[in-house]
Amino acid sequence: MSLDKETVKKVARLARIRLTDAEVEKLGPQLSNIINFVEQLAEVDTDNVEPLANVADINLELREDVVNDGNCVDKVLANAPEKTQGYFVVPKVVE
Amino acid sequence: MPQMIKGDTGDWEIVIGMEIHAQVIARSKLFSGAATEFGAAPNSQVSLVDAAMPGMLPVLNKKCVEQAVRTGLGLNSKINTRSVFARKNYFYPDLPQGYQISQFEDPIVGKGKIEIDLPDGSVKEIGITRLHLEQDAGKSIHDQSPTKSFVDLNRSGCALMEIVSEPDIRGPEEAVAYLSKIRMILRYLGTCDGNMDEGSMRADVNISVRKPGDEYGTRAEIKNVNSLKAVQQAIDFEARRQVEIIEEGGKVNQETRLWDPNKMETRSMRSKEEAHDYRYFPDPDLLPLEFSSQWVEEIKQTLPELPDEKKHRFMDEYGLSLYDASVLIAERSRADFFETVAKDGGDAKLSANWVINELLGILNKNEKALSDSPISAEQLGGLIKLIVDNTISGKIAKDVFAEMFASGKDAEKIVEEKGLKQVTDTGAIEAVIDEVLAENPDNVEAYRGGKDKLFGFFVGQVMKKSQGKANPALVNEILKKKL
Repeated sequence: MSLDKETVKKVARLARIRLTDAEVEKLGPQLSNIINFVEQLAEVDTDNVEPLANVADINLELREDVVNDGNCVDKVLANAPEKTQGYFVVPKVVE
Repeated sequence: MPQMIKGDTGDWEIVIGMEIHAQVIARSKLFSGAATEFGAAPNSQVSLVDAAMPGMLPVLNKKCVEQAVRTGLGLNSKINTRSVFARKNYFYPDLPQGYQISQFEDPIVGKGKIEIDLPDGSVKEIGITRLHLEQDAGKSIHDQSPTKSFVDLNRSGCALMEIVSEPDIRGPEEAVAYLSKIRMILRYLGTCDGNMDEGSMRADVNISVRKPGDEYGTRAEIKNVNSLKAVQQAIDFEARRQVEIIEEGGKVNQETRLWDPNKMETRSMRSKEEAHDYRYFPDPDLLPLEFSSQWVEEIKQTLPELPDEKKHRFMDEYGLSLYDASVLIAERSRADFFETVAKDGGDAKLSANWVINELLGILNKNEKALSDSPISAEQLGGLIKLIVDNTISGKIAKDVFAEMFASGKDAEKIVEEKGLKQVTDTGAIEAVIDEVLAENPDNVEAYRGGKDKLFGFFVGQVMKKSQGKANPALVNEILKKKL
């Protein structure tokens, strides 16, 4: 399977990655290669096989409903490029 | 009764399905131990999991799972003892992970149904498609700066239940009834506070129109419909818009639209369209959620009597009308209040009248909630008991009630202090009647001559002389004899 340019651009846009036309030319074949590699899995016959969620025989652990985290606004905001009065500040995103 | 839209080419049927997002009542978040309380300082209730710091792992909150199961049972739905969390991928500043953990192909709750009560007194069944658990997003604030948005992640990661209905709803009236009933059920169950002002319950409305009997038309999804009134208005507007487009020869776009309550219109949210490519896949951080049907059974044992059961019981057990029963069950606390009044008062129908017409009326006028009522359920029951055992008349009771509302005193005490006890002593009533007859010989003559209407005049005079305390039934009886 070979990805066309439009698909490469769409995937990039969904991932919020800006690509130049030259990059689309270069990355398209690389992405196609990756997909072709993974598609080898399709050769395995999986009819009547239940999807496997994990190889270890364990159940999902649940936690009790107690408040034991949070209250660390300084840590949460530590990497924010811009902040004020405890808020993250981002470019305006309203419609 | 489905509400139709009259177009130039005939009647159009409105077809509606709803998605309700309900915030789960739990102390901590769906996948972290941060608090969920409303109104805290910005970003103070955020753990590093909620902020999506690298390497943080989600751990599922057992209480949230229980609440979802409870709600599923309350919606008469199938509980799936195995469900799967999936990632829904999209970018927005208040979604730090870049995906929302939700459920897609295997939700925790499957098909079910509820009854809705319509204004004309009829009942209709609405199908529930599914209920799934998911994370809420944070909150963006746009009005603090002309060029920037502020982001608060306190709500990020709080548990939501998304409840999806079948497209069984026909028109704004049914949509409002559906939303009200879901809200009522959630509040009875204690799984969501149903507070639409604070955003703990939000609705998206899918609307299409068709000629009756035709296939479904193309639908638009309306977001930001956050009150019962907005549901009504948004459906009215959107259905008319679609009918106009079709009748003018155009086609309705399948799209997401935003309800603007100020301009009273819906408008296209073009930016949302591309984002609809959510690329769901099972969340590799979480194993499938599995629990026993034994646990579901245990939860079932703790369910309260639900609104519809209570409504039917009030009608059967107390002989109330559908309308009275519907008013009383609207809030669990109101229904409990009524039952206490009825038990203490000894007359259920009379108690229903007093609770609905007198107490709720005066509370409403004073902008008070039932929980702030100066008259307790026991006190109102006490007043009704005095009516039932003929200690006071219904008319005097209204004065006593007003006094109780003002002072918070017991009815019995007020009746005693003011000497309002009804006179049921026939001798005493007879004496008053004799006086009245002696004072009005002309009218007595006229009545006996055939002027029947004067009977009311005599009753009035007797009641006046006794300051309203004479038992009206006895007055009527004795007067008739004497005349």
